[in-house]
Amino acid sequence: MADTSFDVVVIGGGPGGYVAAIRAAQLGMKTAVVEREHLGGICLNWGCIPTKALLRCSEINHLLHHLDQFGFSAKEISFDIAKLVERSRKVAAQLSSGVGYLLKKNKVTVFDGSATLAGKGKVKVTGKTAADLTAKHIIIASGARARSLPGLEPDGKLVWTYKEAMIPKDMPKSLLVIGSGAIGIEFASFYRNLGAEVTVVEVLDRILPVEDEEISAFARKSFEKQGMKIYTSATVKSLAKGANDVTATVESQGKSFEVKADRVVLAVGIVGNVENLGLEGTKVKVEKTHIVVDQWLATGEPGVYAIGDVVGPPWLAHKAMHEGVICVEHIAGLKTAHPLNVQNVPGCTYCMPQVASVGLTEKAAKAAGREVRVGHFPYIGNGKAIALGEPEGMVKTVFDAKTGELLGAHMIGAEVTELIQGYAIARTLESTEQELIETIFPHPTLSEMMHEAVLEAYKRAIHI
Amino acid sequence: MPIQVLMPALSPTMTEGNLAKWHKKEGDTVKAGDILAEIETDKATMEFEAVDEGTLGRILVPEGTKGVPVNQPIAVILGEGESAGDIGKAAAKPPAAPSTVKLPAAPPARSATTESPAAKPMTPAPALAAAPAPRPAPAPVSRPTTPLPPRGAFARRVFVSPLARRLAEKSNIDLSRLAGSGPHGRIVKADVEAAMTRGPAASAEPTYPKAKIVAEAGNIPFTEVPHTNMRRVIAKRMTESMSHVPHFFLTVDCDIDALLKVRADLADTKSLKLSVNDFVIRAAALALKQYPAANASFSDEAILRWSQVDVAVAVAIEDGLITPIVKNADQKSVAAISAEMKDLGLRARAGKLKLTEFQGGTFSISNLGMFGIREFTAVINPPQACILAVGVGEKRAVVKHDQIAVATVMSCTLACDHRVLDGAMGSQWLQIFKKLIEEPAALLV
Repeated sequence: MADTSFDVVVIGGGPGGYVAAIRAAQLGMKTAVVEREHLGGICLNWGCIPTKALLRCSEINHLLHHLDQFGFSAKEISFDIAKLVERSRKVAAQLSSGVGYLLKKNKVTVFDGSATLAGKGKVKVTGKTAADLTAKHIIIASGARARSLPGLEPDGKLVWTYKEAMIPKDMPKSLLVIGSGAIGIEFASFYRNLGAEVTVVEVLDRILPVEDEEISAFARKSFEKQGMKIYTSATVKSLAKGANDVTATVESQGKSFEVKADRVVLAVGIVGNVENLGLEGTKVKVEKTHIVVDQWLATGEPGVYAIGDVVGPPWLAHKAMHEGVICVEHIAGLKTAHPLNVQNVPGCTYCMPQVASVGLTEKAAKAAGREVRVGHFPYIGNGKAIALGEPEGMVKTVFDAKTGELLGAHMIGAEVTELIQGYAIARTLESTEQELIETIFPHPTLSEMMHEAVLEAYKRAIHI
Repeated sequence: MPIQVLMPALSPTMTEGNLAKWHKKEGDTVKAGDILAEIETDKATMEFEAVDEGTLGRILVPEGTKGVPVNQPIAVILGEGESAGDIGKAAAKPPAAPSTVKLPAAPPARSATTESPAAKPMTPAPALAAAPAPRPAPAPVSRPTTPLPPRGAFARRVFVSPLARRLAEKSNIDLSRLAGSGPHGRIVKADVEAAMTRGPAASAEPTYPKAKIVAEAGNIPFTEVPHTNMRRVIAKRMTESMSHVPHFFLTVDCDIDALLKVRADLADTKSLKLSVNDFVIRAAALALKQYPAANASFSDEAILRWSQVDVAVAVAIEDGLITPIVKNADQKSVAAISAEMKDLGLRARAGKLKLTEFQGGTFSISNLGMFGIREFTAVINPPQACILAVGVGEKRAVVKHDQIAVATVMSCTLACDHRVLDGAMGSQWLQIFKKLIEEPAALLV
């Protein structure tokens, strides 16, 4: 019988959970993870990673159809969707076993099963493994799942959630994406670049609604140029399923019309996995499907913590990982632990062109009463972008006019998801425009645009 | 190229100094570590050591020159193969820094006092006269021979994020007063913002503009006594102490007839001229050794109990005071302490103390008995936790065995930092001290 007494038991082996467990083990705590399905969680198995594998394929497809730009020609370009999916699954499986290895290396015990709180300091594991664990500290990292709306329930065949959308058996000729957040837009971009007719319906007045307004507008223009149909301020009233297609009734600004598509992807937000955890009768508070925590991720119940998607937005793996570390370091009494500053959490959307941002949008900064200085720089002004054949995109910076604080940075274009960390570091270090201006960005790189967008905010841009 | 030797800043408050004596002549070979000159500051005389090698090519400031501004070139050292003809090259060059360096007002003493106790090894922080300085002026090419306390004691680099620095500048917040909550104690935006919400009164130091003071006094006539650096340091540190260190005071009366008899005996038999204060220093040192809780400093992380007993003794000097230190006083006899105090006192009054002789100390004594003061309270000298205020030994009517009797009584008042000591603890220390004073045999062992 395995050991059942631990310093820390983490419920959920997703990015938040496994990182928390490894950090706890590093700090000398005896740690266990309870995972009901796959180590690595949704992110690694059904989210970030497999979708990136798919999006890579759609980028390749796009490139193959634009080879002439680079002086190449190719005939009869084709792909096999089954092979694309197979590759995506292989990538996920490889990384999931990697997480298992990391946990083992750090001497974290893994229990395959579902966990419920079973009284103070107790966790009951059921399912594949049954065990009664005792734990000084319990960290709930149970994650979240797709939200469904009444009348728009997924059926897994014609109406998909993200999960079915990343393992299609056949390539749909047309697709309706409901919701234009990161998940919806990534699938829209993936399928559009593989040749499907894609329609996006967004209830708010712009796509990628958490992004800066200018970025939303830029993205919409790009997507529409690629042939995507986008309806904003629009709602899907009903879905009528046919034999192998769906007819959606869409209402927008008082008008009603129909959109017919082979498949529908529901991407209308997510809800926290707060059920079957044994939270009833504890002091753990749940609000709108999310667990309420303090700045150290502690719930109302002493000794019980929660991190990641289950505690609320932004629903991002890197935020969950960081919370896991903060939570564990605080438990360990490390003085170096600092609460998460949500303004320093970068967000990335891997559509084409990519979108990435950190901090406040221009509108949010103004709404917060800040006097702002805004800088822009377009991809068309950057040597590397032109050389890459990626002239579409821009970088935008938002500074506090009084203090020079970098309030936010917003980017759209090739590889911006790899660039945004530069601004995230600047924000974490509390740089002002001065340090950014004095930083030497290598030439020729896309990152030079980050420099120029800072310079431009101070009317000093060189290449524009 | 010839190297310019600049007037060094030997103390935090030094803006100028006197070139007391040259130890090298023009033409002398200079090795790193050689003593070049003696520099007098407002508080002390220090030896000034070369860091560069070569030949002393020319002395630019003759000995005996007073008021030489910090960073003014005072000599030129020639490198190998260079001759006097090359001196022009150095002299013609503008000095590395303006020859008169106007030092901004020193940041409050807190920066030194909070940092030093945390520093390891546990060396006591600089004493009264040691105030932190702003960033040192561009480094002179020589350094004093007296081992300076860690640079941090003078010029603490303030670790602060660029944004926090700018916010502080705009809101007029003194960064040296803030505790950083960021990585490695870095001051971050949130710390400055918190200071801003505490209000300017809390964050900025109160000011006392002359016009306001004169008006408040009713515009009566006055003469001005310009501040010396020492006066500024005293003002700053004592304000700091009374504002931030929670003081409480405990007084005991010590019967010193036995002590006076011992003292008289020693004078007769061994021709030792010991003062009562020498006994007080010895008794305090032994009491600190026996009761180490009083030989301590407060820090954010912990109370730091010092492993050595260094007793600082306030000495009045012209326009101020200085606190020379009897180091390891618990290991020294009364006679040794007496001899050391005589020497320290003389040199203090002559302004010839070395930095290390008045910076630090783990406990202070202030004795105003010679002025007939019966008892008084003294201001703690941070980061020390205690100061003992010693009054005059005078004949008083006391009750002994239910009879009124005459005894020589000396009242001593211990000021305690309540963060470090509680009332009962201070009292226990005083009990030990009083017993040592009243039964002085133990002081002679």
